[in-house]
Amino acid sequence: MDSIPLFQMEKVSKRYGGVHALEKADLTVEAGRIHAILGENGAGKSTLIKIMAGVVMPDEGRMLMKDQEMSFSSPAAAVRQGVACIFQELSLIPDLSVADNIMITDPPKRFGLIDRRKQRLIAMDALARAGAEDIHPAALVGDLPLSRRQLVEIAKALARDPKILILDEATSALTAADVEKVFAVLRRLRNEGMALLFISHRMNEITELADTCTVFRNGRNVATYEAGSRSENEVVEMMIGRHYSHVFPPKPRAAAIARRPALECRTLSWDNRLKNISLSVRPGEIVGLGGLDGQGQRELLLAIFGVLRGMDGDIFVDGQRVSINSPSAAKVQSLGMALIPEDRKTEGLMLPMSVRDNLSFAALDMLSVRGIIDSQAERQANEDMLRLLAVKTDGLNGPVSALSGGNQQKVVIAKWLMRKPGIILLNDPTRGIDVGTKQEIYQLLRRLAEQGAAILYYSTDYDELIGCCDRVLVLYDGTIKGEFAGNELNEHALVASALNVDHDMGRTRIEGPSS
Amino acid sequence: MTEWRYWLAEQRGTLIALGIFIFMFAIYITNHPAGLTPNVAQTASNKATLLALVAMAQALVVITAGIDLSIGSIFVLTNCLASWLVQGTPAETAFGIVLVLSVGLLCGTVNGLIVLFGRLQPIVATIGTGAVYFGIALMLRPLPGGSVNETLADAMTGKLLGVVPTSLVFLLAIVLLIWVPFSRSVAGRAAYAAGSSEQSAYMSGVPIRRGKLAAYALSGLLAGTGGLFLTFFTYSGEASTASASTYTLFSIAAVVLGGVSLYGGKGSIIGAIFGAFAFRTIGDLMFVFDLDALWQPLFQGVILLAAISFGSIGLLRVRNRLEWFR
Repeated sequence: MDSIPLFQMEKVSKRYGGVHALEKADLTVEAGRIHAILGENGAGKSTLIKIMAGVVMPDEGRMLMKDQEMSFSSPAAAVRQGVACIFQELSLIPDLSVADNIMITDPPKRFGLIDRRKQRLIAMDALARAGAEDIHPAALVGDLPLSRRQLVEIAKALARDPKILILDEATSALTAADVEKVFAVLRRLRNEGMALLFISHRMNEITELADTCTVFRNGRNVATYEAGSRSENEVVEMMIGRHYSHVFPPKPRAAAIARRPALECRTLSWDNRLKNISLSVRPGEIVGLGGLDGQGQRELLLAIFGVLRGMDGDIFVDGQRVSINSPSAAKVQSLGMALIPEDRKTEGLMLPMSVRDNLSFAALDMLSVRGIIDSQAERQANEDMLRLLAVKTDGLNGPVSALSGGNQQKVVIAKWLMRKPGIILLNDPTRGIDVGTKQEIYQLLRRLAEQGAAILYYSTDYDELIGCCDRVLVLYDGTIKGEFAGNELNEHALVASALNVDHDMGRTRIEGPSS
Repeated sequence: MTEWRYWLAEQRGTLIALGIFIFMFAIYITNHPAGLTPNVAQTASNKATLLALVAMAQALVVITAGIDLSIGSIFVLTNCLASWLVQGTPAETAFGIVLVLSVGLLCGTVNGLIVLFGRLQPIVATIGTGAVYFGIALMLRPLPGGSVNETLADAMTGKLLGVVPTSLVFLLAIVLLIWVPFSRSVAGRAAYAAGSSEQSAYMSGVPIRRGKLAAYALSGLLAGTGGLFLTFFTYSGEASTASASTYTLFSIAAVVLGGVSLYGGKGSIIGAIFGAFAFRTIGDLMFVFDLDALWQPLFQGVILLAAISFGSIGLLRVRNRLEWFR
């Protein structure tokens, strides 16, 4: 490789708060190749892409395009330099037509106005290049199903005639038939000399498509190799590496012996994103939900908590079939459910309001008599909670936004514990909080389980699932792909199952996603 | 081809507004003692044009997911200004018109600059600027009065060829001269994109600021046109709190009735025109059914609620309840 590479990234770092998202990462992208980026949740892949696409600025390091140093101050600047990106969260505007969206940055003009006829021809051409001739350019993007929208997104990137095309999970919403089409398109683009950067959680797609692979771990690139030169087992090992370890409370020897499940789901399905999910959680048991981010874990918790409409399947609480149609129905005393949401800032807390108000919101019915809040009882209950969770706060009256992230998360948990719930659903509660608070939360969960709570716990951190849970269910593409307990519950098994690779064989048997 | 289906989907709000208007106007005309004569059409059209201009102005801002509470004040301010300036020789009159419209444009631009660069929420920013504009109007006309070039005023509120109301032709001209170019310009598309999903628009490198500023500026221009037309209609200027606030509120109602989404990104000012026409017709219905004028606010409110409920049926299809709050 003596020619100058198309694009190089040298010693690029990015910190968010105290966390290193990227640390001195290097990357070399060659024209005419498909380059796959692999890594666990939070390994730095998204940050890498955001830097290349001009969405975030790196703290240090430099980027070279054909040996010219350059920096992107905005997404528009990156596009001008020939870097087009297809993001995981789509960048389409729902109320505009397909053609308008494809030509959004630089529409063809006549007499200073947008030339719709020409725009339409270009859009149809781009759609054809993306293998989506069947999408009508006049259709509103908001009316298209997700998989079609993703094709529009690809067409939009192609219409900009990029030198480097980045696909961040661009196939995650596609059906199997569409994936085949898109792959054919991507190969053709490669042969035309475009550089493609491909991020996917689906190992089989990477095996099928990539020419070069780079593995990221904890914000660094740990290895780059020719596709096909490493076995899947080796790849999984590279992705895991060694983490800092947490201190976990000891697990009971035989957890939750053959009792009736507190929560049971049978064949839950919703909107093609949950498919036939059956599970049960017994009192005293902590059941983990694993898998890569966005495989239906969040939807599963929302479904149980009564947020989703049009769901198929049954939910049983203490053996009774129940139908729950809102969070306020889920939290009634007879069901006793609580959901600790993923995003405490939007779904968990009213940030400008006081600690007291936030603590009491979920339990107002228990603290009031005929609609009037009993302030005596409220203060007592609040103080009990602050003590139980050791929340560090100046008092009940300050705004909850003044607390640290970890203490805010404790308030979210405390507000639900005030109801003494029997079924606790947690959606990645330790994301973005400090190690000390994490450990307190692990201890607390174990204590609640010992007191008889049934806990369903989704985490993106494999260490946590292994250290904290009695059993772990791994979700992939909306279905449960594996269940692990005891000695089978180890990192290798979880990662392999999350990637839908059969780790026992260590060979190449890979299942495609069911469509 | 299925071409027309996409067109239909895009124009749905506008067409519903047109339908509601035709329905109500038909009831009005069939119960009117004179039927649809040129004179009846002229009166209806003149009254409706005032609200239509203000509603178009409001629609431009609402498309960017904003709201403009200073619309009525700009309307009143330009009315007061026109009652001083739009008179005399044809040349003087023309100069006055240019000045009045420039003031409208300026007011809108100021709103836009404050919202964009002051990063204030449109609702608060325009309460503030609205009060300022109204204050200036009061200084211009502490008491009602003034005059206007009557030849021009009569021509603008009269009939063309003895049949077609001039005000309708005037509205059509505005749509062709302002709306069509705007909706097909990059700035216009940026305004829609910013209203529909500002994050996506930013990620796509859309000129959001240019789009929003253009929308606010043109909104001021249209409100100024409305003020000018009010002067033609009343031959005088008046800094009236009542008209400032009713026109602001009615413009929002007309916009919603016209299928423009308050969440932004959806609808057109043509829909707002039909929304304004429909809203005006509610008042006329009172007249033909001989109902006491005391009933008008109540009646208007009920019709408005019914029409708006009709437009939000889509919410019943939402499958994730969290989307209700988006």
